[in-house]
Amino acid sequence: MFNYTFHWNQALRALPQMLDGAVVTLQVAVLSMVIGVACAIALTVFRLSGSRILGGIAATWVEVARNTPALFQIYMAHFGLGNFGIHLSPYTALLVGIAFNNAGYLAENFRGALKAIPDTQTRAGRSLGMTSLQAFRLIVLPQMLRVAFLPATNQMVWAILMTSLGVTVGMNTDLAGITQELNARSFRTFEFFALAAVIYYLIAKAVTLAARGFAWRMFRY
Amino acid sequence: MIEIENVRKSFSSLEVLKGIDLTVEKGEVVTIIGGSGSGKSTLLTCINGLEPIDSGRIVIDGTDVHAKSTDLNRLRRKVGIVFQQWNAFPHLTVLENVMLAPRKVLGLSKDKAEEIAVKQLTHVGLGEKLKVYPNRMSGGQQQRMAIARALAMSPEYMLFDEVTSALDPMLVGEVLDTLKMLAEEGMTMICVTHEMTFARDVSDRVAFFHQGIMAEIGTPDQIFASPQNPETQKFLASVR
Repeated sequence: MFNYTFHWNQALRALPQMLDGAVVTLQVAVLSMVIGVACAIALTVFRLSGSRILGGIAATWVEVARNTPALFQIYMAHFGLGNFGIHLSPYTALLVGIAFNNAGYLAENFRGALKAIPDTQTRAGRSLGMTSLQAFRLIVLPQMLRVAFLPATNQMVWAILMTSLGVTVGMNTDLAGITQELNARSFRTFEFFALAAVIYYLIAKAVTLAARGFAWRMFRY
Repeated sequence: MIEIENVRKSFSSLEVLKGIDLTVEKGEVVTIIGGSGSGKSTLLTCINGLEPIDSGRIVIDGTDVHAKSTDLNRLRRKVGIVFQQWNAFPHLTVLENVMLAPRKVLGLSKDKAEEIAVKQLTHVGLGEKLKVYPNRMSGGQQQRMAIARALAMSPEYMLFDEVTSALDPMLVGEVLDTLKMLAEEGMTMICVTHEMTFARDVSDRVAFFHQGIMAEIGTPDQIFASPQNPETQKFLASVR
């Protein structure tokens, strides 16, 4: 069992290729967060709108996104929609799947943040002559951002890790996809995936630390 | 002048104001005392339109507060309110808390707003705390900041809703002193309070509320020395 000989050189030689993949990984994750945040804001507005239809759409989205596997969501974006004649490339399907998942979690995060700001804050603003929009923008929103920020960075890390599910729909340009191809050619599974894991770890860690630094500078109270 | 005419207000089936009449002249200090649930605080939030009323009228300098055509945001610049819970904006420094509304609501320049804010904060004794975040201050200091924040809008009327009720006993004095100072400067004030000594010392008139009705109103001497209404007598006996 333990007479396996490691071949790290082979893996390290592929490092530049893998780093190229890591850039794609980060790109998908960032885009999925941008789209996810935009959708989550829309979902939060839907939920507050009082409209049954909009509220229903938002509730269903959040329920499905949070209570089904991310793999299933990405599969549906690629193969599921394919059945209806909507053919998304692996890249797009992966992006759509993760953005869908992000939006569901972030919408819940935003709702929690909104609830965390007491009504009396709005009331205090209104009693100073602010319009309801001013009270929201100047008083509620900045406080919400603080509450929502760190959970949102968790979702960002989660988005980075979720991109690895792209291999299941044929994604071959991101870190997981490239690693998988290198592995298929060389069968140095342990070395390649260990190296990929280190890269994932470093990206995730860097994002977390950057977010913490940002929060420390931004939210001084 | 604030004219309150036969104001009624219910929360679902509970009628909290059962026909209140009260006129407060410019420069007058009126305190409202009474047990909890007597409608005192509700009346204040109706005066600046934070709560709608069911019937009657509240008229401030000729403007009917609850008329559909009334711009409440504009009216509220004239009528400041400070609550039991001071509601400091935690994401802003003390200075920014006070500057916010003058800048965004009155549209003043940053310099002008800062000048006003510094003046008001110094006035309430917080001139040293400008750059501090509210959560670094005591309740009494935060409450004084809330008063400065309301004053920065240069209101003509101030409403105080049990502003010392949530404070440690040792912090009550500094806030009451601030209110006294305002009263002496001629600010028109309606104060809902449980501080009887304060009510006696600063008020021009004291109103006693009981179960949604203004049971009695008079000078501090009349109310505290020779109350006529049996409910007033009972209440004053119980708080003494």
